[in-house]
Amino acid sequence: MHRIHSNIPEGPLTEKWSSYKSNQNLVNPANKRKLDIIVVGTGLAGGAAAASLAEMGFKVKSFCYQDSPRRAHSIAAQGGINAAKNYQNDGDSIFRLFFDTVKGGDYRSREGNVYRLAEVSNQIIDQCVAQGVPFAREYGGTLDNRSFGGALVSRTFYARGQTGQQLLLGAYQSLSRQIKQGNVEMYPRMEMQNLVMVDGKARGIICRDVITGKLERFSAHAVVLATGGYGNVFFLSTMAMGANASAIWQCHKKGALFGNPCYVQIHPTCIPVHGEYQSKLTLMSESLRNDGRIWVPKNKEDAEKLQKGEISGSEIPEENRDYYLERRYPAFGNLVPRDVASRAAKERCDAGYGVNSTGLAVFLDFKDSIARLGKDVIEAKYGNLFQMYEKITDDNPYEMPMMIYPAIHYSMGGIWVDYELQTTVPGLFATGESNFSDHGANRLGASALMQGLADGYFVLPYTIQNYLAHEINTPRFPTDLKEFEQAESEVRKRLEDLMAVKGSQTVDTIHKRLGKIMWDYVGMARNKDGLELAIEEIQNLKEDFWNNLKIPGEMDDLNPELQKATRLADFLELGELMAMDAMHREESCGGHFREEFQTGEGEALRNDKDFAYVAAWEYKGEGKEPELHKEALKFENVELKQRNYK
Amino acid sequence: MDLKLKIWRQKDSQSRGKFVNYKLNDVSPDSSFLEMLDVLNEELVERNEEPIVFDHDCREGICGACGMVINGRPHGPDSLITVCQLHMRKFKHGDTIVIEPWRARAFPLIKDLMVDRYAFDKLIQESGFVSVNTGSAPEANSIPVKKHYADLAMDAAACIGCGACVAACKNASAMLFVGAKVSHLTLLPQGKIEAKERVLQMVAKMDELGFGNCTNTGACEAECPKGITLTNIARLNREYYYAKV
Repeated sequence: MHRIHSNIPEGPLTEKWSSYKSNQNLVNPANKRKLDIIVVGTGLAGGAAAASLAEMGFKVKSFCYQDSPRRAHSIAAQGGINAAKNYQNDGDSIFRLFFDTVKGGDYRSREGNVYRLAEVSNQIIDQCVAQGVPFAREYGGTLDNRSFGGALVSRTFYARGQTGQQLLLGAYQSLSRQIKQGNVEMYPRMEMQNLVMVDGKARGIICRDVITGKLERFSAHAVVLATGGYGNVFFLSTMAMGANASAIWQCHKKGALFGNPCYVQIHPTCIPVHGEYQSKLTLMSESLRNDGRIWVPKNKEDAEKLQKGEISGSEIPEENRDYYLERRYPAFGNLVPRDVASRAAKERCDAGYGVNSTGLAVFLDFKDSIARLGKDVIEAKYGNLFQMYEKITDDNPYEMPMMIYPAIHYSMGGIWVDYELQTTVPGLFATGESNFSDHGANRLGASALMQGLADGYFVLPYTIQNYLAHEINTPRFPTDLKEFEQAESEVRKRLEDLMAVKGSQTVDTIHKRLGKIMWDYVGMARNKDGLELAIEEIQNLKEDFWNNLKIPGEMDDLNPELQKATRLADFLELGELMAMDAMHREESCGGHFREEFQTGEGEALRNDKDFAYVAAWEYKGEGKEPELHKEALKFENVELKQRNYK
Repeated sequence: MDLKLKIWRQKDSQSRGKFVNYKLNDVSPDSSFLEMLDVLNEELVERNEEPIVFDHDCREGICGACGMVINGRPHGPDSLITVCQLHMRKFKHGDTIVIEPWRARAFPLIKDLMVDRYAFDKLIQESGFVSVNTGSAPEANSIPVKKHYADLAMDAAACIGCGACVAACKNASAMLFVGAKVSHLTLLPQGKIEAKERVLQMVAKMDELGFGNCTNTGACEAECPKGITLTNIARLNREYYYAKV
């Protein structure tokens, strides 16, 4: 039985982090170079953590499955990064950023963590500017900001539509500097397959070399996960093709509790699904909602004509358009948080007002902004996004309204961690999107980059020392211990089992079936019957996977099908846990919408009395029910309310 | 549409490679080029053959993982996009499409269409950074940057490290890649401090890694999916001479 303690420091909210830092254990410089740290993943959290730890003097081993650490999927984030600088003099503050984030997360995150996040947000901007991140600037030379969903202030820093890319390159370049200095050993094209524990502590990992197929062992005094989200359980998502949950899932099976697996974010502005062959969904930055207006026809006859392709959106006169977000939420309008915007789109489309051939799309229209600001201004702000849209859909968004629909985007859930970002396995830490911590049940736009870099640059490098200070007498150890042997043979057995199935179905065929189950029953709207059915269907699919899977090629070789199969094996197990978590949470909150629990107006209806807790699931073994642990959430600085964006 | 595909197959860096012909029918014009290859690979797996190996990840044109030479052009016939953003409506029913890997000494082949571009990472490791430790940064607005230079720096920083410039160049030169990084950092006050050492070290490393020289042909600029211009090579040369004298 695990005891879970959030370990949030005592004292007033505003002093928790500074008092933690004043009282924590540190490791002296001579001892730092005797300590090894494994960091898995090289996105914003992993890249920043590896670079920062190496700068401090620790010896770091950094891993990524891609050919280069620069390709982690943080690179695809478009819109921006939040910080409480208040450069726009519009009333922003650390408290307001904290408040917006807790409210945006529908009161399902920890006050202490979120306040710390808001506190370090300003340092992140300083650090990135010093690295040479080319943020957008005003003519006077100072930094520019824009507004984003769920906030009434402009606090988002951005680098055109490529903010994630530029922030990642900043972290990557700092990491590269440490590689050159010999403080980081870089292992690209290496995929983590298992966690090695010695005497109850995380001591190493087993990786599969993607090119040779060989299994390799690595040891360290601590292991940091920074492996991103698990949206690909849905097959179609805005994630990179290779993004997977295997590292966190294997750690979960070794004792790390999984926090709030049912909290996934569905992003409202993505290019709609267009065919069976489709491999992924493309996001159009939320920043487009600053100047684009979302609408569907007022009359169903118009919608039906659009669906049959008889008319185009621009032919529908102004008075026959329903700007439903502006109608339902006059205060926030098109800038309501993502979960609210996504559900509103689904509601209109389910009611028959969808605007493309599948009936699953709404318009995002720039006509008014172009008339007000001119095409040049719109092009300067969103040119790359408009170009991307045109290349994919063959429609020109300067002339025709864009068509968008919600898609799976971000995982608020993840490995459960305490205030120090330590999991329930001693010496195992989780950062960035891979942990569950800061976004509650819904993440606000431009907050993922903030959290990834906060964890990587300013939180983990401190908190991990509180653990490592007790490890200074542990010498570097070899990888021929029986624990490494055991962990490697577990991986080998699994790979052999996969290769031995020799059935008739490809990995993608099965993955698409899983994705459909997840989207239909564990997606934007969930209910008890659907979730029960989903669990049953996933179990059947798992059986099908282990009996009918087909993988060509060899195990000890570059084998993309085997690589995909190992990931899918874990997605199948995780998908089931997501459905169980969604079923047990008998309330609606943020991205988790249970149809049984809604207000008369169709808004999410929380149940704070019974569900103001983090659900942390413990793995109990193959075929056994996982055990639920509850971490109660205490709100001392924010009053719990029905979220109101009207 | 129905297509004939001539695809480079090579088991590993030591084996001899060859073109293999495939037929693919009923390709949707709305699918992306990589989705077309996914469909072919599914057919190959169904027939118990090994699928065609190629790098790809984000499929949004930003990670820089994908890249192949299509009918003689890196990233194919469309302009300002990567292969993952190329759509089949750019081709016609009955077309023959020739698909090859990047070919450059500094990018050794791994398998089929997959090559090793770690040489690019080595260039950045050499000195493609600002030496600033976490925690030591001054307040972000303490150094104003003229919008014009911030914009030019962003133009250069948009490079995704895909390697199309090297693949397009008859000398397999990395001048556009290095020029972009040198420009990005030198245009900003934060990067100016190490400008001389950076340009000298990166140029020396480029030679050491086996990239060729620049002969101002401009193929790199023509094929760059992010529109990185030759101006960046000019700036690299200027910075190099400035550092030398």
